[in-house]
Amino acid sequence: MDALNSLMDGFGTALSPINLLWAAIGVLLGTAIGVLPGIGPAMAVALLLPVTYGLEPTGAFIMFAGIYYGAMFGGSTTSILLNTPGESAAVVAAMEGNPMAKAGRGAQALAAAAIGHFAGGMVGTILLVALAPKIAELAVDIGAPDYFAIMVLAFIAVTSVLGSSRVRGLASLLIGLTIGLIGLDQMTGQQRLTFGTLELADGVDVVIVAVGLFAIGEALWVAAHLRRTSGEAIPVGRPWLDKGDVKRSWKSWLRGPVIGFPFGAIPAGGAEIPTFLSYVTEKRLSKHKDEFGKGAIEGVAGPESAASASAAGTLVSMLTLGLPTTAVAAVMLAAFQQYGIQPGPLLFEREPELVWGLIASLFVGMVLLLALNLPLAPLWAKLLRIPRPYLYAGILFFAAVGAYAVGGEALDLVILLVIGLIGFGMRRYGLPVLPAVIGVILGPAAEQQLRRALQISDGSFTGLVNTPFSVTVYAVVVLLLAWPLINKLIKRGSSDREDQDQDQDRTVDA
Amino acid sequence: MTTTTETPESPESPESPEVQPEPRRSWLKEHSELGVCALLLALGVLVLTDALTMDVDITQRGPIGPKTVPLVVGVGLLVIAALLAVDVLRGGHGEAEGGEDVDLSEPADWRTVLLLAGVFLATAVLIDPLGFPIAGALLFWGAAFALGSRRVDRDPLIAAVLSLLTYVVFNNLLGVPLPGGPLMGVL
Repeated sequence: MDALNSLMDGFGTALSPINLLWAAIGVLLGTAIGVLPGIGPAMAVALLLPVTYGLEPTGAFIMFAGIYYGAMFGGSTTSILLNTPGESAAVVAAMEGNPMAKAGRGAQALAAAAIGHFAGGMVGTILLVALAPKIAELAVDIGAPDYFAIMVLAFIAVTSVLGSSRVRGLASLLIGLTIGLIGLDQMTGQQRLTFGTLELADGVDVVIVAVGLFAIGEALWVAAHLRRTSGEAIPVGRPWLDKGDVKRSWKSWLRGPVIGFPFGAIPAGGAEIPTFLSYVTEKRLSKHKDEFGKGAIEGVAGPESAASASAAGTLVSMLTLGLPTTAVAAVMLAAFQQYGIQPGPLLFEREPELVWGLIASLFVGMVLLLALNLPLAPLWAKLLRIPRPYLYAGILFFAAVGAYAVGGEALDLVILLVIGLIGFGMRRYGLPVLPAVIGVILGPAAEQQLRRALQISDGSFTGLVNTPFSVTVYAVVVLLLAWPLINKLIKRGSSDREDQDQDQDRTVDA
Repeated sequence: MTTTTETPESPESPESPEVQPEPRRSWLKEHSELGVCALLLALGVLVLTDALTMDVDITQRGPIGPKTVPLVVGVGLLVIAALLAVDVLRGGHGEAEGGEDVDLSEPADWRTVLLLAGVFLATAVLIDPLGFPIAGALLFWGAAFALGSRRVDRDPLIAAVLSLLTYVVFNNLLGVPLPGGPLMGVL
């Protein structure tokens, strides 16, 4: 029960007054961000990256994790009351939650969502405590070839699993890798893509790239298409549940994490797929199938629980392997790099206070979030009235603060704007932003590990695949790449089961 | 399940090609995504040129020097530019990103975007001579104005308070130095 002892130490860290304060700030900001339209957790953490220059790592990561979990909570509020999901993870909550609110059961929908997030987050974090040290132990011997394999997996997963078009995902990844190349080569000091300028020799700071793509790009994109009429939130009282609601919801709350946690841990797009799968599952298992689409409480409880559990799963991959599976994890990885900390199996040995403090703070944050959201949901909904010009002007303002804080250079603001315009163009033409960010963050590290691995093997390319770990990871990569093909073959092979498949498709479409 | 922000009920798949017989004039508009291919192509050429003109020391160890990865990325960019061009010409479309404040039914409002970019550039120019509190306040007010806020009484006040507060939090509490400018010299 080593993990339990470490966790107890972690609580010692997390419950210190200053870290409690960071957790509280994190969950408050996170909830606000989740409720607010146009600003997601990845953008929020990116905008807050400059605090890493002044704050010690434990406090910063406790705050970031609070934002991540808080945004999950807050996102469902907007979905339910306004039918406009604050986050992609909360899309499903709108499907049953909004009809419930329209039928005057908004309070119950909010409560089912909040308790669902609490249950999912708790179960997910307990699984994190149980699994993460084991995975870290298994992976503790991994070396350069293995790290390179993980990064290749991240590149492939982020381009071929997410988004609708592989070509566009790859284009985005290559743009990111190109930005990552700018500056001095880490191993030889060779200038690359600097065009002889001194300012570019240090490379483009990852903070500027993340803020530019997530914040400036998004703000400009929204500005070009700003909706002039915004919907009215449905007024709602204090969330509560009666006995019948609880009886219908509790199984859904517990089923959610089973679906959400594993999907968060693999690079499959975070909470989007698991919330949807959870919705379909709840619909199939429900005794009130006729209520689905008109406001079934199970359809809120299950997916919301899955969403929070997926956040915990995401942290498993990020902390134990350094593999970011969502945009938030990618930006948190950038924060680790700012501190010169390498997330991965050794993190649990080298930075036990940071890791266990962070994990313990998740439990603390969850309790804070439940206390904040259950009684205060109507208050949070008032945030929706913030005038849009202020909201997006504020995003631009804080983006400028962040970029300037990196090095005190006015030129960084110009670079930020240029990257923001790239982000704008990417949104216009359907290039996903996440692969570019992953390319910038992991590209230079991947190159270094590749060259290190080949130096160890004296130039032989077998040095890249000489460990069981790397071979396993490459097998997964091949599987991902071949997936569309395999899928086609399976579908063709099982034509006799077509009726059943069609039946499933219909359920998914509904 | 593929695009993030679409309404879940939308029945058509986001990849469904929309080839419409349009007059020639709008052909370029329909296929403006080819511009993305051109940019990727240009970027690829740039990366390759830079890599090929590098003079690398011979003393490197291992088969991979500072040139290798740029060469791979450069070639990758060229290949992707070509693949994307094929996709676009076959009728493929990148789905413009939706969002809760995004109304894609209206044409893009370029005036606002240009105004915002201008305000941002002005901030980059002004931040060193004027200091952060003033330049930041001008940025917020200017951006809010560009986005359509016209409250002459409220906007500058909010901008000033926000900027000053941020300055104090970052400069004094978090220890991230920001330039105070002449204003802080006076106070």
